Amino acid sequence: MSAIAAARGRAYVPLLVTSALLVAMFSAGSVQYEGFFSGQVLLNLLIDNAFLLVVAIGMTFVVLAGGIDLSVGAMAALSTMISAWLVEQHGWPPLLVIPLVLAVGTGAGLAMGWVIHSFEIQPFIVTLAGMFLARGLCYTISIDSISLTDPAYVAFAQTRIALPGGLFVSPSVLIAVGVLVIAFVVLHYTRLGRNVYALGGNEQSARLMGLPVGRTKIAVYAVSGFCSALGGVLLTFYMLSGYGLHAVGLELDAIAAVVIGGTLLTGGSGYLLGTLLGVLVLGLIQTVISFQGTLSSWWTRIVVGGLLFVFILLQRLIVGRRKV
Amino acid sequence: MTKHRLFWPAVVLAALLLANVVFTPDFFAIRIKDGHLYGSLIDILHFGAPLILVALGMTLVIATSGIDLSVGSTVAIAGALACLHISGAADPASPATVLGAVALALGVALVLGAVNGVLVARVGVQPIIATLILMVAGRGVAQLVTDGQIVTVTSEPYKLIGGGYWLTMPFAILFAAAVVLLTSLLTRRTALGLLLESVGGNPVASRLAGIRATGLIGLVYLFSALCAGVAGLMISSNVSSADGNNAGLWIELDAILAVVLGGTSLTGGRFSLGGTVIGALIIQTLSTTVYTIGIPPETTLVFKAFVVIAVCLIQSPAFRAKAARRRARPGRGTASRPLTPENTEVGA
Repeated sequence: MSAIAAARGRAYVPLLVTSALLVAMFSAGSVQYEGFFSGQVLLNLLIDNAFLLVVAIGMTFVVLAGGIDLSVGAMAALSTMISAWLVEQHGWPPLLVIPLVLAVGTGAGLAMGWVIHSFEIQPFIVTLAGMFLARGLCYTISIDSISLTDPAYVAFAQTRIALPGGLFVSPSVLIAVGVLVIAFVVLHYTRLGRNVYALGGNEQSARLMGLPVGRTKIAVYAVSGFCSALGGVLLTFYMLSGYGLHAVGLELDAIAAVVIGGTLLTGGSGYLLGTLLGVLVLGLIQTVISFQGTLSSWWTRIVVGGLLFVFILLQRLIVGRRKV
Repeated sequence: MTKHRLFWPAVVLAALLLANVVFTPDFFAIRIKDGHLYGSLIDILHFGAPLILVALGMTLVIATSGIDLSVGSTVAIAGALACLHISGAADPASPATVLGAVALALGVALVLGAVNGVLVARVGVQPIIATLILMVAGRGVAQLVTDGQIVTVTSEPYKLIGGGYWLTMPFAILFAAAVVLLTSLLTRRTALGLLLESVGGNPVASRLAGIRATGLIGLVYLFSALCAGVAGLMISSNVSSADGNNAGLWIELDAILAVVLGGTSLTGGRFSLGGTVIGALIIQTLSTTVYTIGIPPETTLVFKAFVVIAVCLIQSPAFRAKAARRRARPGRGTASRPLTPENTEVGA
C-alpha cells in the first residue's frame, strides 16, 4: 500500500516541479517587466497556444500508451491547407469543410494506428511517413500560402469573448478547454483511459489481462489524428491562411509540452493537466522573450531544449529509483 | 541472386537512373571540361556526398538500436561555426584559417556527439528523446552563432571541401568514398562491427558476453556527430555560406530513410554500409529526377512517404507472414467461401 502511494507520489514530482517553474517564471516576469503581471497576459498564453494545447492533448494519449506521433505538425498544416483550399478556391461552406478536415485527420490517425498495430512497425517510422505524406499533400494542393478571406472564418478569428474584469479570450480557447475537459474525463473515468495507461505501463501485461490492446493502440493514434486536425482548424483561425510550412516543428513543441508536463516517455504514467502546464510553460518562455525585447526569438528553442534536458534527467531519476 | 540483401535497393536505384534517360537522353553522359568531370551522375554523387556521410554515421547508431535525430542541427552548427571563424579571420584565404575553422567545427560536433552519447549510454535515456533535445536546441544554437543571418565567406581553400575538385573529381565525392571505405574496413575487418551488432541485437546477452556496451554506444554517437560535422562543412562550403535555419534541415529524416532503404533494420542488430550508400544515392537520385521531370520539388515528400511505408512493410515480419499466408492459399476463389473440411486444411 505504501509502495503504491510512494510511486504515485513520485509521479507527482515532475508536475510539482513544472507548477513551481510556472509560478517562478511568472513572478520573475512580473517583477522584471512593466505590465507583465496581468490576467490578460496569462489568457494571451492560452489564446496564442490554443492549437498547441489541443495537439499536445492528442500527443499525451499517444505518449501515455507508450507510442509517439511525429505527424501532428504536418497534419495540422494539411488541415489549414485543405480548409483554405476548399473554402477559398472551391467555395465550400466552412460548416462542411471543418467536419471534413476533422474526419481526414481522424482517418489518417486510424490508418497509422492500424499499420503500427497490425504490422508491428515502430510508431516512430510510421508517423514519420505520415508526416512526409501530409506535408507533401500540402504542396500538391499549392506551393504557396492561400490566405482566407471567408467572412465566417474572419469573424471567428476576430471574435473576443469578454470575461469579468475587462479580460477576454478567443473562441479557440473555449474549444481547447472543452477538448481538455473531455480528454480528462476520457482518460481518467472511462475504460479507454484505463486501457491507455495499462497499455503504456506494460503491453504484455495488458494483453494477458485481456485488454483490447490493438483497439486501444489504434484509438490513441486516431485521437491524436483528430486532435492535430482540430489543432489545424484552430491554427487556420489564428493564421487565416493555409500553408504547407505552417506548424513546422509543432510535433517537437507538443512532445516538449508533454514531457515538461511530467508524462513519462516510456508510457503509463502522467497527467493531462501536466500537459496544460507544459503548454503554459512553453508559452511563457515566448512571452518572457518577447517582453525582454533584446533577446532573439531563437533563444526560445535553446531554452526549450534546456528544459527538456532537465525534465528528462528528472524522469530518469524517478524511474531509476522506482526500479530499485 | 535476388536473395542478396543489396539486390532490391540496387534494382530500385538502377530503375530510377534508367527512368531519367526517358526525360534526359544524355543522362549518363560524362564530359570533361577544364580537366573536371561533369555530368548528371557526377552531380548525384557530389550533392549526395553529405547525405552519404550523415547516413553512414546513422547506420552505426541504428545498428546499436539507437537513433540520432540531432544530425541536422549538428550540420547547421558545424557550418555556422566554420563560416563565422573564416569570415572573422584576418586572412580568410589562408590554409591555416581554414584548418582552424575545420578543427573548431569538428571539435564542437564531437562535443555534441559526446552529449548524446552520455545521455544514451550513461544516463540511459531513450535515443529518440536524448537526441531530440539537441535537435530542438541545436537549431537555436546555430541561429545564435550566425546571429540569425546568412554568413557568407569567400575562401578558396574552404571552397575545396564541398565545391572543389581534386584529380578531376569533386573533392566531396573522394572524401565521402574514403570515409565509407575506412568505416567498412574498421567495422568488417575488425570485430567492431560484430560488437556493435551484438549490442543492438540483444543488449543483455552482449553484456553477459562481456561486451562493454557503454563505450561502444558512446562511440557511435561520436562518430555520427563527426560525420554530420563534416557534412555541415561540405554543405556550407559548397554554397560558400552558412544558414542556421535551413542548413541540414530534415537531413536526419533523409539519413534514416537512406539507412532503412539500404536494408538496415531499425530495430538494430544488423547493418549494411553498402546498402546505406545505395539508399542515400536513391534519395539523391529521386530528388534529381523530380527536378528534371519538372514536378514541384516539394512533392518529393509524397514519394518518400510511399517509399518509407513500402520498405517498412517489406521489412516487417508480421507483414511478410500475412502475405505468405495469403500466397499459400492459391486455390482460394472468393473470400466469403464457407469453411468446409475440404478447404480448411489448405490454409493450415
